[in-house]
Amino acid sequence: MVSFILQRILVTLPIMLGVALVCFGLVHLAPGDPLVSILPPDASAELQAQLMALYGFDRSYFEQFVSWVWRAIQGDLGTSIATNRPVADEVFKAVGNTLRLALVATIIGFLFGCLFGFVAGYFQNSWIDKLASFVSVLGVSVPHYWLGMVMVIIFSSILMWLPASGAGPGSSADWAWDFEHIKFLILPALTMSVIPMGIVSRTVRALVAETLAQEFIVGLKAKGMRDFGIFMHVVKNAAPTALAVMGLQLGYLLGGSILIETVFSWPGTGFLLNSAIFQRDLPLLQGTILVLAVFFVVLNLVVDVIQTLLDPRIARG
Amino acid sequence: MPAQIASQSWLKRSLIAAVATGVVVMALSQPALSQEKVLRIAMTAADIPRTLGQPDQGFEGNRFTGIPMYDALTHWDLSKFDGPSVLIPGLALSWSADPKDRTKWTFRLRSGVKFHDGSDFNADAVVWNVQKVLDKSAPHFDASQVGVTASRMPTLRTARKIDNLTVELTSSEPDAFLPLNLTNLFMASPAHWAAKLQAVPASVTDPAERAKQAWAAFAADASGTGPFRMARFVPRERLELLPNKAYWDPKRTPKIDRVVMLPMPEANARTAALLSGQVDWIEAPAPDAMKQITQRGFTIYSNAQPHVWPWQLSFVEGSPWLDRRVRHAANLCVDREGLRTLLGGMMAIPKGTVPPGHPWWGDPKFDIRYDVAAAQKLMTEAGFSASKPMKAKVQISASGSGQMQPLPMNEYVQQSLKKCYIDIEFDVIEWNTLFTNWRVGAKDQTANGAHAINVSFAAMDPFFAMVRFTSTKTFPPVSNNWGYFGNAEFDKLIADARQTFDDKGRDAALARLHARIVEEAPFVWIAHDVGPRAMSKRIKNFVQPRSWFVDLAPITMD
Repeated sequence: MVSFILQRILVTLPIMLGVALVCFGLVHLAPGDPLVSILPPDASAELQAQLMALYGFDRSYFEQFVSWVWRAIQGDLGTSIATNRPVADEVFKAVGNTLRLALVATIIGFLFGCLFGFVAGYFQNSWIDKLASFVSVLGVSVPHYWLGMVMVIIFSSILMWLPASGAGPGSSADWAWDFEHIKFLILPALTMSVIPMGIVSRTVRALVAETLAQEFIVGLKAKGMRDFGIFMHVVKNAAPTALAVMGLQLGYLLGGSILIETVFSWPGTGFLLNSAIFQRDLPLLQGTILVLAVFFVVLNLVVDVIQTLLDPRIARG
Repeated sequence: MPAQIASQSWLKRSLIAAVATGVVVMALSQPALSQEKVLRIAMTAADIPRTLGQPDQGFEGNRFTGIPMYDALTHWDLSKFDGPSVLIPGLALSWSADPKDRTKWTFRLRSGVKFHDGSDFNADAVVWNVQKVLDKSAPHFDASQVGVTASRMPTLRTARKIDNLTVELTSSEPDAFLPLNLTNLFMASPAHWAAKLQAVPASVTDPAERAKQAWAAFAADASGTGPFRMARFVPRERLELLPNKAYWDPKRTPKIDRVVMLPMPEANARTAALLSGQVDWIEAPAPDAMKQITQRGFTIYSNAQPHVWPWQLSFVEGSPWLDRRVRHAANLCVDREGLRTLLGGMMAIPKGTVPPGHPWWGDPKFDIRYDVAAAQKLMTEAGFSASKPMKAKVQISASGSGQMQPLPMNEYVQQSLKKCYIDIEFDVIEWNTLFTNWRVGAKDQTANGAHAINVSFAAMDPFFAMVRFTSTKTFPPVSNNWGYFGNAEFDKLIADARQTFDDKGRDAALARLHARIVEEAPFVWIAHDVGPRAMSKRIKNFVQPRSWFVDLAPITMD
């Protein structure tokens, strides 16, 4: 198992370097002026050249990339052009906020996804299956920013039960797990959970149906095993794949949803990316994408390890 | 039975006690709640504009973190809604250019003004604030503030103290626009910055890095001379301001207890936040929610802003706009009333870059109006007809800061112009790219053969409103004369305005320039933005001036 984990970690290193190269390249390939956030378009060409030199954008791409990667390895992701604040501080604060939102959304999505999936799989082709499948297809298909807006209109604008935006009555820095704060989390978390719920539900339904059709289930029934025992067998067989799917979904959610976080003004990574894109704040954009990509790679590693623990055949393979 | 009666009686007493306690608690807490008058504003920015004195995020930054917390030497008058916003004294009481050397200006400063940290505002502070963006050798020079500052005062070069309350500013050339430009140079406290520098750990030895860290600390705990002082700053989430009760202008001493600013870039989110009572004021409500907002008892304010939404025309060889009759025809053929209806009333109909009544208006001979017959006549004279329309390509964006609703608006204009034998094709590109192309000009390959470009602009001061679009010295890549419009006549008009140093004479020269611009029509003037914002009826004494800016200081709340 240790050698398996070490092997996986070694594989992630070139992936990380590739990720760094791709995110640096993409950010620099995008059109526009890197100083747009601090230099109005009516600034003189002379002033523009002066600032390009001051910020080091007059150096070759290779020099800029090497210097960025070298500083990133040492934990310095640079300074935001627009705000002059350290990128690492901005990103990790946003990651904390997105993590809070993503974990709650994941829990909701996973629980309801498994519930609908198991029910649909168990009662295959019945009206319960059709209803559960309808809900899960709806979850995958409905544009979540639209759903977010609809929920805001209903629960904030009309009923005035829940706040429309923000991450607490003060700020995310004062977060506490009490109702005053949690009510800010309900609408974005519900909106965010809809897609993973749909995906998990469809996956679990297929797994349950497939497992129930296998011969060992017939054997277990013939042995006189009760429904609960059979259910536990089905769960155990479905768990590795469901976990893998949920792990990937958590990875996506940790990336923050630009749309959801913007709709709810939730100060997470999606909101940060939105701001960095519109301000064309290259260090912030590069730093955020890099951290998120690293998260994704690490999360995949963790999921692989958990899967291996649950099903040792994977390590042997 | 007696036990039951006792139990009921106990329950009754408990209920009465609970209700009485609740009433007392509510009675005690009510005054506490109503005591503090908090104004909560949802901005369109995705982040709090920079708080260190020179805000980013365009003029929204000046509006919310510049003007409330800081003062400049000169101010815009934001107290009237029914007249143009003109220049008034700020931290400078008066100013004049040296008659012998017009590049030298003397500014006499207001006495007794203090920064929020208690230090004095004086000539040293002015010199220090000029150095922060123009003197690379100064210890507090900050490259991050240069772009948004130096670009708005392109001719300012140095500052020199004459005495404690007099300062001399030097410009690169005689420039009568300098006092107008100086509304963008906000005075931050040198003493407060020095204290922040002192607090930087000794382990940081690089002077540039120390200065950078001092500015970062200053931004988190700022000090200016403005009517509000910073109370709390959470990057990307909220900025809280408290009144500066010792403000030097009693008319602008704030009446409210606290201002909270929240970044909400999404229009529907802002609208929902207003409707749910989470905020009291939103910038730029969602256009399709205007009716609902007013039906729910909120007030929508708007006023003609110096925010021009035009097509800037190309005068490059081969452009169809080289014929003035065609330019006039296009200006006569846009159904602006219809466009206003499309925008729910949220635009003003332009008569030029500035409106009639403005000091720079100048009474041009060409009247911009909707007159299809006159436009068709001009087009026929120019050799075009329904069977032989004029063809032109316009570079536009699908979205963008200040661009209002570019797609439906441009398509509406395209439909309008069809009636006058003008066949428009659009080249839709990403907003930042369009912005960059704006500088490189119509001759560059990035223009993709376009004959016009649609970039809205601020027309607060003469350089940005007129000069940069009409001078031969501002051809690309120097500035934004994208279409290469200009000639000796316009250069002379500009020079006259720049070198007329009494306010009335300068305005008269600018009026002559504006009149000629309208007559020559290097633009198709389509709309002026009106800066809509929606507010709770609790907000009183709010004035929406004809400006990009507003003054929070006189506001009261019920």
